[in-house]
Amino acid sequence: MAKVIFVTQNNGSMEVEGDSGSLMELAVANGVAGIDGDCGGVCSCATCHIYVEPADFEKIGQPEEIESDMLQLDDNVREFSRLCCQIEVSEVIDGMTFVVAN
Amino acid sequence: MQTKDEALNLNMVIIGASHAGVSAAFNLRQQGWKGRIILLDRDPQLPYHRPPLSKKTLQSDALVSSPLKAEKAYIDNEISLNLGQNVTSVDSKTQQITLANSEVIPFDKLIIATGCDAFIPPIKGLSDTVDETGVNRFFAMRTYADALAIKSALTNSKDKQVVIIGGGYIGLECASSFIALGAKVTVIEKQSHILSRVTSHVMSDFLTQLHRDKGVTLTTGKDVVEVIHQADKHIVVCGDGTQYPADFIIVGVGVRRNTQLAIAAGVDVEQGVKVNAVCQTSHPNIFSIGDCTEYFSQRYQRWLKLESVQNAVEQAKTVAQFITGNLPTVVPDTNTVNQTIQNDSRPNTQEAVPWFWSDQYQCKLQIVGLSDGYDELIVCQESAEQFSVWYFKADRLLCVEAVNLAKAYVLGTQAIKHNMQVNKSLLSALDTELTKTSLLIEPVTSLN
Repeated sequence: MAKVIFVTQNNGSMEVEGDSGSLMELAVANGVAGIDGDCGGVCSCATCHIYVEPADFEKIGQPEEIESDMLQLDDNVREFSRLCCQIEVSEVIDGMTFVVAN
Repeated sequence: MQTKDEALNLNMVIIGASHAGVSAAFNLRQQGWKGRIILLDRDPQLPYHRPPLSKKTLQSDALVSSPLKAEKAYIDNEISLNLGQNVTSVDSKTQQITLANSEVIPFDKLIIATGCDAFIPPIKGLSDTVDETGVNRFFAMRTYADALAIKSALTNSKDKQVVIIGGGYIGLECASSFIALGAKVTVIEKQSHILSRVTSHVMSDFLTQLHRDKGVTLTTGKDVVEVIHQADKHIVVCGDGTQYPADFIIVGVGVRRNTQLAIAAGVDVEQGVKVNAVCQTSHPNIFSIGDCTEYFSQRYQRWLKLESVQNAVEQAKTVAQFITGNLPTVVPDTNTVNQTIQNDSRPNTQEAVPWFWSDQYQCKLQIVGLSDGYDELIVCQESAEQFSVWYFKADRLLCVEAVNLAKAYVLGTQAIKHNMQVNKSLLSALDTELTKTSLLIEPVTSLN
């Protein structure tokens, strides 16, 4: 079980919880604005872009090469960017806050 | 100018609740559409992603559907979702649609997002492919119900022997999933190469070898002429007399655009519903988006019929922005579709670049652009499992196909999107580290 907070570009904040699946699926299930997940979660579209808190980045683990490359499609890419379809919902992310990039 | 109350009373009807229709509904709300949104689909399932059907849905033990949006999201956005509803007619004069249950719904604006159905070829005996209890044993892969039926057929088959007619993306993705599930798979392609309509010999040969290495019996240049039923087997017979026994059969030989309702409405339809740059048909209050449409591409200077998530999503955004008056620089002229296109003053760079993907085995194929009309291709080999194919017409990059190499896909996207020129000599040199600064030179000033 993990509770996380999404902060959207219009400064809305939403706390959601889940226990399985990807963070993208959790965001879509809760209608988080700016998380589209057009490709259904196979790291092919870069429409689930979030910023992770710097302190949390290492805890989640490094993105794979394909994810890092796909992030370059988005002009808003930053040092602590992730595609949240590649992040599993688990205790690891419990309590974290994610800023939606678009 | 509408008053607030008038805006609230407007009816937006969207026929088709797959990626295009659902995206349009949510975009309309985001863009400030105040009236009703009535979203209809004949499929009873909560609208879902289709691409995973041939992959995740087939391969996982659970019954997995990947919803596009949570049910609650439709309620929160006041989108009236009507599933399992067949629309039988559209009257463009009275501006109303009729459902199979005789209900009549008036519309102020209509969006036709009816997509495609699988084309079932008229092969002798194919439609009689049923098991001993009369349960269907030939399938297309188009809907969630199809995926469940195919899973069930595989589970209940004696020898897990499957024949796939058609070596297109759907057929190949199914083949990959069946192999993962321990099935014996045959793919029969009519053309001399698989994917011959959409890619080059390079990619076709690579995927052919990949599937054969994984154990697929993949044949090309063979026409299926008949299916014979013997005891509990279905024998797929080719024109040259070869026979392939199957417990069940998958058909993946292309699609038919669902244009019947658009035709009934009297709007311009050729192979697809013809739309202008803002997805408007030849009727000013009837729009069309997604797989069922065709539009004139400024970028490619021809009519395009794209079957892709990307096109569905882009057109949904465009139509929502246009209807709500939020599209910045467009000159719509509703007299005829062709006039509109000539009057369209949007710069080329605003037109979305088509992109596609396909996952087979551990192989991730990503495609940006359209390769039709290329006169040169350059293969850039990174490693045994990673390479990209770059398609050019003279100096202009048309398309990049990348296998397990998102970097090449991203560079190709940037080059095509911004009309950058690619340094071909660097590209063709093996072991070149692909980077934006080394590879992409300058904007190409003249497009055509």
